[in-house]
Amino acid sequence: MAEVSMWFREKISRRGLLWGGLAAAGGSAIAGTAAGQSVHSGHGTTSAAGAAPPQAHLAAHRSMITVGDVDNERNGFDPSRMVTDWETGSVSTLPDGRILRTFEIEAVDKEIEIAPGIMFPAWTYNGRVPGPALRATEGEHLRIVFRNSGSHPHSMHFHGIHAARMDGVPGAGLIGPGEEFVYEFDARPFGCHLYHCHALPLKRHIHKGMYGLFVIDPDPARHPELADVARSRLLGTPENAEWQEFAMVMNGFDTNFDNGNEVYAVNTVAHAYMKRPIRIVRNRPVRIYLANVVEFDPINSFHLHANFFDYFEQGTTLTPTLRTVDLITQVQAQRGILEFTYKDHETGLYMFHPHQSEFTELGWTGMFDVVEAVA
Amino acid sequence: MNEVSHIAAADPTAPVGSGKSRAALLWLILPLAALGLAITWLLVSDPLRNFGNGAPPVESLTFERTILSSDGIRVLVRAGGSEPMTIAQVQVDDAYWQFTQEPAGPLARGATAWIHLPFPWVLGEAHAINIVTNTGATFEHEIAVAVSTPTRDAGNLASQALLGVLVGLVPVAIGMMFYPALRGVGRNGMNFLLALTVGLLAFLLVDATAEAFELAVESAAIFQGQAMVVLAAAASFLLLMAAGRRDGVPTGLALATFIALGIGLHNLGEGLAIGAAFAAGAAGLGTFLVLGFMLHNITEGIGISAPMLKKRPPLWAFVGLALLAGGPAVVGLWIGSLAYAPQWSALALAVGAGAILQVIVEVTAYLMRSDGRGQAALTAPATMAGLAAGVSFMYVTAMLVKV
Repeated sequence: MAEVSMWFREKISRRGLLWGGLAAAGGSAIAGTAAGQSVHSGHGTTSAAGAAPPQAHLAAHRSMITVGDVDNERNGFDPSRMVTDWETGSVSTLPDGRILRTFEIEAVDKEIEIAPGIMFPAWTYNGRVPGPALRATEGEHLRIVFRNSGSHPHSMHFHGIHAARMDGVPGAGLIGPGEEFVYEFDARPFGCHLYHCHALPLKRHIHKGMYGLFVIDPDPARHPELADVARSRLLGTPENAEWQEFAMVMNGFDTNFDNGNEVYAVNTVAHAYMKRPIRIVRNRPVRIYLANVVEFDPINSFHLHANFFDYFEQGTTLTPTLRTVDLITQVQAQRGILEFTYKDHETGLYMFHPHQSEFTELGWTGMFDVVEAVA
Repeated sequence: MNEVSHIAAADPTAPVGSGKSRAALLWLILPLAALGLAITWLLVSDPLRNFGNGAPPVESLTFERTILSSDGIRVLVRAGGSEPMTIAQVQVDDAYWQFTQEPAGPLARGATAWIHLPFPWVLGEAHAINIVTNTGATFEHEIAVAVSTPTRDAGNLASQALLGVLVGLVPVAIGMMFYPALRGVGRNGMNFLLALTVGLLAFLLVDATAEAFELAVESAAIFQGQAMVVLAAAASFLLLMAAGRRDGVPTGLALATFIALGIGLHNLGEGLAIGAAFAAGAAGLGTFLVLGFMLHNITEGIGISAPMLKKRPPLWAFVGLALLAGGPAVVGLWIGSLAYAPQWSALALAVGAGAILQVIVEVTAYLMRSDGRGQAALTAPATMAGLAAGVSFMYVTAMLVKV
């Protein structure tokens, strides 16, 4: 009879009136968690020893990760390369001596694999999500040739300074399938910006994949007081080459169209940088151009492990707007520049993720693999 | 000589007969050939391609079993898509988890697979499993209260048997112990007891039918739960009616046996549902609940005894009847907690409902006959009182066990 009452107790209601034996089940769950933590904390030691085991970055997440790998070849883009892939367009000189920079962008419907095995019917710029990370220099004249080869009307709405005619809203550069439009404006203000489709309904056009980074580097000549800082931001200078710059767009995908995301990521593919950490050289500084385009959720964030960074809100200043923080939040279309270094750290795997645990657990999480030198 | 002429006379008709059967055969083959032709045409020339609008295939996934153990969570899923479907990822509580699928690969319509998740579930708390297919469709399953699923070891089987005995066998046996006290009741007393039996059976009929339909909704669409419940109940009713009346209208021990069988089938279905609820962590069970079940089922013993009041059967008959009515609860609990799917519980309850309907008909008939007044007995005050007492006793005691 004593045994029966034990059995009843194990089957007790959720109110837990008779929390008798936290029997085998509970015990093993606790043991499981403990094991996970010991693996996690093991990082420091293995890395310090010199050679991390090949699967250490996966062990950190234990079983909480997507199964399998995404076919980057079929997708036509690879998150590991996308993170340093800047689209600089083609350059010529205008009669008045100014530089004209031309980008060619095409809207195409494309089914992409956003997590291993999960296909998403995306609308893309140039066949990739996020669209190409456009990069120009302050003061240049920009010409963006936009062709719509998709099945719906689309546009490119730039966060920047331009005429109403160039705004990419209905009646000003929003074009139907098969049409073409050329957006023209000057590159200003310098900073970390973005562009996205402004066709309606806006929510659908954004979450289907129509967005990308739009970075305008400062012109050192226009900022004599902080020319060195401006030069370090200007792509192509020796000062800039010292930096390790990464393009990151925090996005999400509503695969069942219930106005809630099933997959979160940075640069589209869930767990991409968890399975293949981003290599950084220990003694060179890091700069991240970060934007948030997540739909449905009001906020996103970026948290760096074991380190702090300076933050330049929207990148429109040459001095940080936030100093020494390890977490920033962004609403949709908010963006900024993060600067930090691991030069005083041990080599090893350092995690980054939003501090909305839900986003982290649904795919938006990654690792920096800090090494002495890139082979 | 006579024989020969007979055969000779029959001879001319022989070719006509075989011609008839050949024509019948032709008319059997022709429609089948037409069907084959239609199928071939559909497959080869695809005339319905205009309906293909580029939309993804319809997908459906049903969770049939959930097993929680020290190495994580296992769920048995059944696919019901218009095309084979592929499970791409699995979330537990809004987090992607590693999983293995057995057997691996796309799931054909009606096929099942086990999904194993090495998830550290928490005792007594709720978890949600969300399966994401390759098209991005999601299928969610809630584990209301996570408890370790009973395993197939002797200790668990023994404690489940004890529970089954407590809620199934013991109350029936206790109810039967009223037998000596009930013997010798007059006509009104007899009418009251038989009507009480009908009342309790009517309650069980409603209960079993409602529960069967509820479970039918949970089962995979491929089983057509609602139709299955109706057909199974009708079939069991007709079969038992036919079997019962083969040797005349059942009375006495025979009628008691049918009542016991109906109640036993109902208890089997109940046992399946209770066992499954424990296995899935959907229900808790305390001593209070077990007491409720016991009280609820005591009338069943009285009901079984009622038709035997006129002629005392041997003692072994009581033992047999108690086992027949209460024993299936034990079997149901075992099966329910070890190998459960909603469609099987629905089927068992539907068969039980049919059986109960049969005994309602037979007990009513017996009541009219034993009273001697025919239909007038049905509206007699004692009958109405018994009916009301049976239904209301069951309803009130059910309040103790419905959660």
